[in-house]
Amino acid sequence: MTANHSPLHPMTYSTRGADPATAPAFLAPLDEVGAGLPGSGLSWLTDLRAAGRERFAAVGLPTIRNESWRYTNLRDLAKASFQPAAPAAAVIDLLPTVRAEGQDGPRLVFVDGRFRADLSSVEGLPPGVELLSIAAALNSHGDLLADHIGRLASADDRPLVALNSAYLADGPVLHVPAGVQVERPIELVFVSVGSEAQATSCHPRSLLIAEAGSKAVVVEHHVGRGTGTTLANHVTEVFVGEGATLHHYKSQRDGAGAIHLSHIAATVATGGCYDNFILTTGAKLSRNEVVSRLDGTDARTHVSGGYLVRGTQHADTTTLIVHAQPNGISREVYKGVIDNTARAVFQGKITVCPGAQKTDGYQLNRALLLSDGAEIDSKPELEIHADDVKCSHGCTAGELDDDALFYLRARGIDRDTAQGLLIGAFLSESLEEIAEESIRDAFQGIVAGWLEEQK
Amino acid sequence: MIEIKNLHATVDGKEILKGVDLTIRPGEVHAIMGPNGAGKSTMSYVLAGRDGYEVTQGSVTYYGKDLLAMEPEERAAEGVFLAFQYPVEIPGVGNTTFLKTAINAIRKHRGEKELDAMQFLKLIREKTKALGMSDEMLKRAVNVGFSGGEKKRNETLQMAVLEPKFAILDETDSGLDIDALKIVAEGVNALRSPERSMLVITHYQRLLDYIVPDHVHVLAAGRIVKSGGKELALELEKNGYRDFGASEAA
Repeated sequence: MTANHSPLHPMTYSTRGADPATAPAFLAPLDEVGAGLPGSGLSWLTDLRAAGRERFAAVGLPTIRNESWRYTNLRDLAKASFQPAAPAAAVIDLLPTVRAEGQDGPRLVFVDGRFRADLSSVEGLPPGVELLSIAAALNSHGDLLADHIGRLASADDRPLVALNSAYLADGPVLHVPAGVQVERPIELVFVSVGSEAQATSCHPRSLLIAEAGSKAVVVEHHVGRGTGTTLANHVTEVFVGEGATLHHYKSQRDGAGAIHLSHIAATVATGGCYDNFILTTGAKLSRNEVVSRLDGTDARTHVSGGYLVRGTQHADTTTLIVHAQPNGISREVYKGVIDNTARAVFQGKITVCPGAQKTDGYQLNRALLLSDGAEIDSKPELEIHADDVKCSHGCTAGELDDDALFYLRARGIDRDTAQGLLIGAFLSESLEEIAEESIRDAFQGIVAGWLEEQK
Repeated sequence: MIEIKNLHATVDGKEILKGVDLTIRPGEVHAIMGPNGAGKSTMSYVLAGRDGYEVTQGSVTYYGKDLLAMEPEERAAEGVFLAFQYPVEIPGVGNTTFLKTAINAIRKHRGEKELDAMQFLKLIREKTKALGMSDEMLKRAVNVGFSGGEKKRNETLQMAVLEPKFAILDETDSGLDIDALKIVAEGVNALRSPERSMLVITHYQRLLDYIVPDHVHVLAAGRIVKSGGKELALELEKNGYRDFGASEAA
């Protein structure tokens, strides 16, 4: 495997509006920690890091002059002077889970981007399934990593992927061999602890591979356990093989000082299915990019989520579905609830490539604004280069239905509870996209918790 | 006892109620009849506490308490029930969840123990059976996909479950055919009791054949202009509202 392999899929976003002046502050710590990163003997990896560093040095953080970052301003990041998070031996109790009490299962835990073996378990996995940290996999599974890392997430087109590559050191690796069905959900827990005294950053890389005919369910939890400013810059590459099914759920409940940036890039082979659902309730600033490419025929992808923000939170959801082959089905159902002066962004693009006939694409984003200061910026986009396709999208923003609210109150239900019922009902349409009942219930519980905090 | 005195109310700055006086004693059923635009629905919303209906003068004393100072949910908990002319559809909220939340909110307010799932189901089965409602209606979202008759039956069910002291029935007959009307009226009549007062608001006399009132009042141009016994309804049916300043007999 060579270092400078070009990405499998050049992305459509440009780096116009680059601001190289912001780069040095982010790259300087590499001079110190760079030599200590794992796998320094692997030339593909050192080349990947060097390319990432070079690219980020040239472009810096994305700015609002870049079309895809128009509504999310990272300007304040440049001021914070982030230091790479030190390995945290923090005591972590009460790990989030979708499991019933007393039920165990496979789980990898990362604290400030570093693997914590003491909190992790790979018990209960079928034979052949590999679940380990990148740091460990560099020793034992070098070829697997070399074959996959950097193939879907392009440093050339995305400054934050470049930055992630420059620091690439740890994160989860899941490899499900052909034909293997993993029954229990695999949980990936990312805990941000950070430091009171110093803004800290980490750049986890995740790799999820479901080989032909396999099936797995992955649940990510992102939680905060500190009050300092933390930046987590995630990049996740997802490979769904022929006829394979990967359900990928994520709950982001980071703390009030957290900046959560995430880029998920998936490729789906013939007859495969990739489902992604992200529930955002945490972080002061978050951006979830999901790129799902149907690279085989008869492939499916469901990319959905809910975003619930209040105070001065900012949550950005940016999706790109690429129908590269015929007979693909894509479906997106997003629901957002925005209170106070919080702001949400939804940018959803569906691209149908030439020849991708009989494509069926559906996209819906509906936002509920609970106060006058709340804001949603919605930008749906269809780019269709085939003539026999069915594609639709819809975006709405509205307020709670006064008639419904009064009806409930006239039956003795207090205003907060009535609002909660209506918000819950509004969100249920997206939560129903979660196929597994136990996970849907767990996510509904997170929504209920968020509504409780409202009171 | 409910005492409405010199009640004035405006909607969007326009005065709709212009001095309504009405006293309703426990167990009494009063009917308010009147032409379109007389202020009948405004009256029901003012009593139930809807936003946007501003009381500019007068008072409503409800069993010694100032009703107008209460939030809608407090009024409901104190026993005021408005059966809506147009019951609201609420997608995503199950009828059962809605009913259970409502009854437990009211029980909590009254200092009673909340019902658990089993107790609630038992109660609800009993009440739906009496009203000839199907279990299936309970499983659906609140009023979503209900026919006009089903919506009104659902209102009656809520009334039966919440057991109010003062029920306001706003144009309960609208949108009902005669069979549906009979079923709903039977449901309402079954709830008549010496402790429960009712205010039946209607344009047509027809409903009052089935829910027979003790007193009938004519509301026109924001005031009660005539009161009498149940025979007044028949008189109105014959002569229309022309005598009361309505531009046409509707």
